Amino acid sequence: MSKIATREAYGKALMKLAQQRDDIVVLDADLSGSTKSGSVKKVKPEVFFNMGIAEGNMMSVAAGLAASGKTVFASSFAMFASGRAFEQIRNSIGYPSLNVKICATHAGLSVGEDGASHQCIEDMALMRVIPGMKVFQPADAIECEQLIETIADIKGPCYVRMSRLATEQVHDESYQYEYGKADVIQEGKDVLIIASGLEVLEAVKASELLKEEGIIPTILNIHTIKPLDEKTIIEMAQKHSIILTAEEHSVIGGLGSAVADCLCRNYPAKLTMIGVQDTFGESGKPAELFDKYEIDARHIAKKVREAYYGNNQTR
Amino acid sequence: MLTTQELKQHSVNIRKNIIKMVTSAQSGHPGGSLSSADMITYLYFNVMDINQDNVKGIDRDRFVLSKGHASPLLYAVLSEKGFIDEEELMTFRKINSNLQGHPNMLSVDGVDMSTGSLGQGISAAVGMAMANKLDQNDHRIYALLGDGESQEGQVWEAAMAAAHYKLDNLCVILDYNGLQIDGSIHDVMDPSPLDEKFKAFGWHVIEIDGHNYEEIGKAFAQAKTIKGQPTLIFAHTIKGKGVSFMENQSAWHGVAPNAEQCALALKELDGE
Repeated sequence: MSKIATREAYGKALMKLAQQRDDIVVLDADLSGSTKSGSVKKVKPEVFFNMGIAEGNMMSVAAGLAASGKTVFASSFAMFASGRAFEQIRNSIGYPSLNVKICATHAGLSVGEDGASHQCIEDMALMRVIPGMKVFQPADAIECEQLIETIADIKGPCYVRMSRLATEQVHDESYQYEYGKADVIQEGKDVLIIASGLEVLEAVKASELLKEEGIIPTILNIHTIKPLDEKTIIEMAQKHSIILTAEEHSVIGGLGSAVADCLCRNYPAKLTMIGVQDTFGESGKPAELFDKYEIDARHIAKKVREAYYGNNQTR
Repeated sequence: MLTTQELKQHSVNIRKNIIKMVTSAQSGHPGGSLSSADMITYLYFNVMDINQDNVKGIDRDRFVLSKGHASPLLYAVLSEKGFIDEEELMTFRKINSNLQGHPNMLSVDGVDMSTGSLGQGISAAVGMAMANKLDQNDHRIYALLGDGESQEGQVWEAAMAAAHYKLDNLCVILDYNGLQIDGSIHDVMDPSPLDEKFKAFGWHVIEIDGHNYEEIGKAFAQAKTIKGQPTLIFAHTIKGKGVSFMENQSAWHGVAPNAEQCALALKELDGE
């Protein structure tokens, strides 16, 4: 299957939405070619507004448009959307619960060569903490396209975390995205990997590496980090002795923290968190970065083995 | 159209309510509420098409209080228009009140945008004006900007965008009272010349005495005739206007009067 990035699917979904609905307005901060928000210009140029390199203003403008009955999609790179404009999102969009969909691309280390200044590993943490903000991260383009169409119908603020990198698809065309429900990629035994975004594919690849040893992990795709499908996570945690989370984000405040928070309150269990540790990224190819920062399939498999054989030895 | 005499009576009531609210709460911002009171009174009574029937909706002219700390002014004006019970004004800044310290659009009909973090309201007003253009809706968007607020970089991002998108349905009133919490705007971080800066950003600028109803009225009328660019009403005002011991005192930016000072202020406003 050909490789495709989630941002491509975002552009596709936007084109469809703009053609179908009169309330869609799209904003970007001079990155519309990269975020793919600019795709809407092909079908309905009058609803696309370039706000220039001024993300803070863009978010408050989005709030004003939403307060006027529009469903607004505002895009930039994750770093600048969630970081630069955090307080505008918090006060102009979050506090009045306005209908703005912040669709951020180029999240995480997979940005690659641009380096740490552009590799946002904090956005899930920043967005999760805003009251009422819903936070999403699709695993592939097939899921992303459906997810974007779904959130267009959800009232209130949403944040979607997407990637620059074109990757293989985790799902096939028959996949049906279901809002609020964690997606079981595969059911295995003993080991549970809870992953999100590009790490879902890495988890699937890790599973391939572990197959010969007879280790078949269950893989859960968390496309919705907030509100979290706690029910499925708790049920799955109860069925597995080894639990890992995997994310292309800091282990502080992201998926791992959200899962830990859920399990602590409901079913305390030891958790191995795979993700960017308390450090910044650097320039390099995405695969090199995933390797160096230990979030690729090989490292996931290694962590699974450590937990698996460690557990079995002590038994 | 209300006469100058009628407007004056409304503005006296509004100023008295500002003082009463801030005194009752023992918290809030009287100085910058009083400096803008004449212009916002004029706006709500003689310019905007807001009334009891349309206040809950958005199919009308709208106003964004970008300097959100002047919330006592906005609430007092909405009360004077009959949208908020006068008794409710005394819940301002108290627990369980709709009248939050800075305006919350979800809790008060007639508050068109939640503001308080400076620089963001003017951007939201830009978004509203863009929406009206898109919908070919002739209603106008007004915003009140503080002079100290113009130190926020976002104000200039918004100013650039408003001119770029030729938002002639947007009229921003600059309350140029010259003072901010820490002192004179010229001492803290001089933003002047603000008229020249807005002109350079592509705005039509009208300079007025912000306490003169005739000048205020002419400025709003002229703004409606300007095509292809947004308008800034550059209004020279006096912080604390109407209460002599508060006038031109930055110390009254965010301080509540005690009971004695309140009585003195109300007496003065009543013209006694």
